[in-house]
Amino acid sequence: MGAQIAFWIFAIVTLGSALAAACARKIVHSAFALMATFFGVAGIYAILGSDFLAVTQVLVYVGGILILICFGVLLTDRVPDEYKVAQPRRWLPAAVAAGLSAVALLGALQATKWPVAAAPAAAESTVEEIGRSFMTSYLIPFEFASILLLVVLVGAARMARGGTR
Amino acid sequence: MREGLTNLLSGLPQWLQDIALPVLFGLIPAVIIVLGVVTPVGLVGIWGERRIAGKIQDRVGPDRVGISLGPIKSRLFGLGQSVADGVKLLGKEDFIPPGGLGLMFLCAPLVVFAGALALFAALPFGPALWAADPNLGIFYLLSVGALEVLGVLMAGWSSNNKWSLLGAMREVAQVISYEIPMAIAALCPVLLAGSMKMSSIVADQTNGLDLWGLHIAAPEATALGWNLFAAFPFNIIAFVVFYICALAALKRAPFDLPECESELVAGFLTEYSGMRWSLFFLGEYAAMWAMSGIATVLWLGGWTGPLHGFLAGVDVGPIPGGVFFGTLAFVVKTTILFLLMIQIRWTLPRLRLDQVMSLCYKYLIPAAMLCMLASGAAALLASGGAGS
Repeated sequence: MGAQIAFWIFAIVTLGSALAAACARKIVHSAFALMATFFGVAGIYAILGSDFLAVTQVLVYVGGILILICFGVLLTDRVPDEYKVAQPRRWLPAAVAAGLSAVALLGALQATKWPVAAAPAAAESTVEEIGRSFMTSYLIPFEFASILLLVVLVGAARMARGGTR
Repeated sequence: MREGLTNLLSGLPQWLQDIALPVLFGLIPAVIIVLGVVTPVGLVGIWGERRIAGKIQDRVGPDRVGISLGPIKSRLFGLGQSVADGVKLLGKEDFIPPGGLGLMFLCAPLVVFAGALALFAALPFGPALWAADPNLGIFYLLSVGALEVLGVLMAGWSSNNKWSLLGAMREVAQVISYEIPMAIAALCPVLLAGSMKMSSIVADQTNGLDLWGLHIAAPEATALGWNLFAAFPFNIIAFVVFYICALAALKRAPFDLPECESELVAGFLTEYSGMRWSLFFLGEYAAMWAMSGIATVLWLGGWTGPLHGFLAGVDVGPIPGGVFFGTLAFVVKTTILFLLMIQIRWTLPRLRLDQVMSLCYKYLIPAAMLCMLASGAAALLASGGAGS
């Protein structure tokens, strides 16, 4: 019961702020409405027992990506107003695209067979299992991700130093 | 008490009980622990800062404002300054800059304060004295720092003022950079304890000194089990790196570039006045104390150490001695780190922006990485080699 109430609170926060992010007239308002969306999604992860995923969501999306988005908005303040303000003139194509996506998602939801597993006995941490999986079954994807990040780091350093060297 | 309340509530419908019990036994005590600590820490912190600044820099006022009623004269340890400050802040105009971003301007201090408050949620004050002790303790504490950055960004943007915006951009660049060495340094105790749970990290620091696979058993009271001395001398370096990063993340001098009175008026705080301005400062002092507390838990044994080790058996009235002296030890250690932050602020001059960045990327990150490698090696040696 308590978990259900919490779920509904987080669901309302997530959906409401996502709607606000989509409909806000100013791009800065959209960016900060996205903050509430990310927190709401993190809360839903926490209710579902994925504590690691919840904290990672906050660390990566709120602490990293959202701040980068805001930084981008701050730096592009000089763009003309017509790009800064979202205008609802293309509502028909948007509605069609949103409707088709919704139909596809609902179809996928109906078609998928959801495996039902017994809930874990106690609220135990998922960290150890994730760490073990990274170092055994998913070692190659994990290493690929690290190489990708290393390449990005080197590339960013190269670009920051200027093109002549 | 718990059973009595449960019986009292048993007359209510089941769904109401399902809501009321977690609120009564979970939420309300957690809120009391958190708010009962944050507000006094903020108030005492501001008073301490004014007084220490007055002493160090010979500022007339904050260290001696008291009462003078005819023959009764007392400096009252400068407490009069806090009263005067409070009256002044209450009397200030509540200004909202024009520009159409009033809501963001009003929310920004709340977001910053919420970020500071969230740090206290997973901070263990003493044995079994915490609002929550999640398995991901330190990971959670490192992640909620993002709220403060966002709050400052909101403040800087919605102030509609170039000084505020410059201050906010400096804050973001600085805090994001210093999060990296801070997280890497915090990994050292996590590696040594093999857990991110704050209570496990503390419990790991009671059983003597581990020196590169050589275990020296020592009682808790000698404090040799503290992570500070593990993998000697690398965790001392990690502790210093973490402390410097905490100063930078809290934008305390010498890293107070986001405020920087001499260049940016007051940075992101320029347009704020009155109680909204003081909410930023309450949040700053609360976050300072919480950061000192995190450093205490990670390297200085949390509530363990001489005080707890010697006096755990001596009960103080109804309070068990372990809880009383453990909490006292934690508060003393944390407050020493907190006072050191204040002293550093009034002693060192401000760094330049490029110096701040090169300190982080060229010195602190490599040092933190070296410490992490050394701690990992020490943990591996202590556990008896690879594969265990």
